[in-house]
Amino acid sequence: MTDKKKKFISPYEHIAPKGSEGWKELYPYFLVFQEQLKEQEEDKFFFCDSQHWPNVFKPFDAMTVEFAVKCLSQYNSRHYVIPPANGVDFKIHNGYCYMSPVAVSPELIEGRVPEFMERAGYYFQNWNELLENWHKKVKRVIDDMESIHFEPLPDRVDIQAIKDGVGLDPTFQMINDYNKLISLCYETWQYHFEFLNLGYAAYLDFFGFCKEVFPGIPDLSVAKMVQGIDVDLFRPDDELKKLAKLAVSLNLTKCFEKKDVNEALHCIALEENGGQWLQAWEKAKHPWFNYTSGNGFYSSDKYWIEHLDIPYGYLKNYVEKLQRGEVIDRPTEALEAERDRITTEYAESLDDEARAIFEGKLGLARVVFPYVENHNFYIEHWAMGVFWRKTRELSRMLKEQGFWQQESDMYYFRREEILQVLFDYGNSWAVGVPAVGPAVLQEEISRRKKIVDALATAPPQPAFNNPPKVVTEPFTIMLWGITTEAVESWLGGDEKSSHMKGMAASPGLVEGYARIINDASELDQLKQGEILVTRVTAPSWAPVFNKIVATVTDIGGMMSHAAIVCREYGLPAVTGTGSASTQIKTGMKIRVDGGKGTVEILEELVEA
Amino acid sequence: MKPTYSLFFKDAKPEQLESLGGKGKSLASMSQADLPVPQGFCVTTDAFVAFIQDLMTAKGLFASLAKLDTKNMGSLDKLSGEIRSQILNKTIAADIQEDILASYRSLCEMYGKEGDLPVAVRSSATAEDLPDASFAGQQDTYLWVVGEDEVLSHIKMCWASLYTSRAIAYRKDHNIPEEDIHMSVVVQKMVNARVAGVTMTLNPTNGDRTKIAIEASYGLGESVVSGTVTPDNYLMDKVIFELVESSIQDKKIALIPDPANKRVIEIEVDPVKATEACLTRDELIFISKIAKRIEKHYGCPQDIEWALDADAEGEEAFTLLQSRPETVWSNKKTETKKHYMSGMQGLVGSLINPLSAKK
Repeated sequence: MTDKKKKFISPYEHIAPKGSEGWKELYPYFLVFQEQLKEQEEDKFFFCDSQHWPNVFKPFDAMTVEFAVKCLSQYNSRHYVIPPANGVDFKIHNGYCYMSPVAVSPELIEGRVPEFMERAGYYFQNWNELLENWHKKVKRVIDDMESIHFEPLPDRVDIQAIKDGVGLDPTFQMINDYNKLISLCYETWQYHFEFLNLGYAAYLDFFGFCKEVFPGIPDLSVAKMVQGIDVDLFRPDDELKKLAKLAVSLNLTKCFEKKDVNEALHCIALEENGGQWLQAWEKAKHPWFNYTSGNGFYSSDKYWIEHLDIPYGYLKNYVEKLQRGEVIDRPTEALEAERDRITTEYAESLDDEARAIFEGKLGLARVVFPYVENHNFYIEHWAMGVFWRKTRELSRMLKEQGFWQQESDMYYFRREEILQVLFDYGNSWAVGVPAVGPAVLQEEISRRKKIVDALATAPPQPAFNNPPKVVTEPFTIMLWGITTEAVESWLGGDEKSSHMKGMAASPGLVEGYARIINDASELDQLKQGEILVTRVTAPSWAPVFNKIVATVTDIGGMMSHAAIVCREYGLPAVTGTGSASTQIKTGMKIRVDGGKGTVEILEELVEA
Repeated sequence: MKPTYSLFFKDAKPEQLESLGGKGKSLASMSQADLPVPQGFCVTTDAFVAFIQDLMTAKGLFASLAKLDTKNMGSLDKLSGEIRSQILNKTIAADIQEDILASYRSLCEMYGKEGDLPVAVRSSATAEDLPDASFAGQQDTYLWVVGEDEVLSHIKMCWASLYTSRAIAYRKDHNIPEEDIHMSVVVQKMVNARVAGVTMTLNPTNGDRTKIAIEASYGLGESVVSGTVTPDNYLMDKVIFELVESSIQDKKIALIPDPANKRVIEIEVDPVKATEACLTRDELIFISKIAKRIEKHYGCPQDIEWALDADAEGEEAFTLLQSRPETVWSNKKTETKKHYMSGMQGLVGSLINPLSAKK
């Protein structure tokens, strides 16, 4: 206890797991800690972002962190010139990603203010108009991605191309399409952050004001005042609830006894009212089933629209609940009334001048915050869903051409390596010889698979190097929940303790049995009444929130996805505990106090 | 129609309030506003008037009082002593006695006791009889009164307290006719406090009205009020009832009632229990909710004394002992106000100032 560690290990001393030798070649050179820059890199404090990227990257998937964090950064540093904050430096180490927010030197902050006022001010003033345009841009990107198709090269160039004097072959189109797809993904991430940083800034402003005029106000109160009630992110789940109700009213419940989605759909089709229900089901799919139980950052994320068994599982559960007479709707009216009550009571305690400012700041926060909540559906779910679907189409086509054996194999290559594969394919097609890839790539894929699997055997470090004395960077606190206290608790994190502290993200006190979930694919293990303990939840896990009684995460702040969803579902949540998912084991009895932000192990497991 | 000699706080109709005396009236109004005062009833001024008229007329005491020279201390004390002993020795008329005892029995039943509920018996004078605070001490309060006979005799002791030499002299000097004086007596469930404390409906350190400050310790509240123990200190959010801050103290001693000897004794608290929080989260929440209701009832921040009664469970255990307007911050309105920046300027300020400094 007394001999507390003062700093985290250096990434240069953090040894990669056995069998992962050569892992650095899997990722871009500028995203790994380079020996030549040791002194410089060890000077920075990095924390692991397992909130967004909990799993080891396959080489292709590392693109998501590259695009996302770079775009986040540019909006801070180059678009809006956020006075105290530049971008976020990021590295991939032993397969996981680590972030290091870059502060602006104190003497430069003031000089940035006028520029920020002009730039950010313009967006705040024209928010709704610009946001309307944003929706158009994102929809266009999605449509562009949908229009791309990867098909095997034909035997001959089309006769029409000859007659039209096009002078180009199909490989030219294929290479362009691939580049275009990557570029559209990049464009998606540009838009992702166009409004997000400003949304957080306005939220922080209101947050800071509340902390000042109501000293000690719970973070939760601030969140509740700003939070939207009907947000698009909950639409997919709401659509399932509507479908469940329709199934009950159309007397189709017996079809939902089927385990398999196709059997159920077949059963419904044979029913008298089945057509009406199937029409509603088809309508709900577009766009709301462009929704993943992952978080959109991994090629392995499963999207509902391609895995109808996932929404069907939730739907079946809802139908069963309705049959038992349970209420499945979110208590939106009660949430709205509560939000109004809270806001009024805080406002009433202020004098006229302070109340006017309170209302002004709250007003802005409420204008901008729906974006913070909604963007996730349009980017991570819808756009990224289409992107991954298209990359799978490409991988499938190349698989059929013999380049690899499994659809998932392509993702063991970096994005620029795929370009080489396409040239190999085009070259062999043109020259009339077999492509080289089928003979050599499989071996490389196997080697890389072993490396990735080896990396995945070790969990990430919470952080590297010297922590700052005080964490002040606003976005770090807001987005990642990285506070001075959190960092301190990580440093003491080696001690085994039955008490864990995190953020009081959603109130309520619950005792129950823990279920550790390391990956979205394990979600079906959750049983009714269990407490979900995980490194991080994705908002799209929403439907499982009807099964569980509380949530505990290692990473995440008040505005993390887990916190938002839990408040929406009225479940206790403690986020940002640092290590709950490794300290707690499945089957342990735990107590979660979402109001205090504490988790306690009540019963250890009896070792068999 | 037969006069009403005994009235439960919660049953008093508006036109009956005057017959309850000052204290009784206030208890009735709190009780009817659903503020959790200990249950009880008033022996009305009608009972007093019937009893006294009967006694005084029979013994010619009104005449003696009329003739009395208050300057003559000897005869003043003598008459005062005689009246008081006559009051204590006279049996209360059967119809009045029946009413009072029926109420006491109902009160016992409310707490599942068979005729042995400890009560506090206190006089509740009407305003004109209690012109200034110096008389407050003469308004007798008897604690831990148990049983029907004891209740009756203590009611008479309250009545008798109106005839001390000082009280008689005061009325004569101010020309208050003896025939006009009224008194009610409050009979109220004795609170068997397991935890007690003080609650302010604002943050006393900065005047923030969105907080509720709670101080509490084991046993009776006197230890908190008098400062003989350092109580646990809790700060609750008044809007969403979350615990914002707490400091748990070593509460080594507690004052508890010693009903047999009708006094309060000091005991040592079990050392483990002493260092634990004396209020649970649920208790903190309902104490805060009730405090908020009390504040709303009075329309301004309140300083509330309360106890949790060991004889009741959950929220029912909360007992309001006293509520006064908070004065320090409420009178501070004119103090120099802070100014806050609005719009983009305010936003820039929020971004630049370390957030953690505001936590």
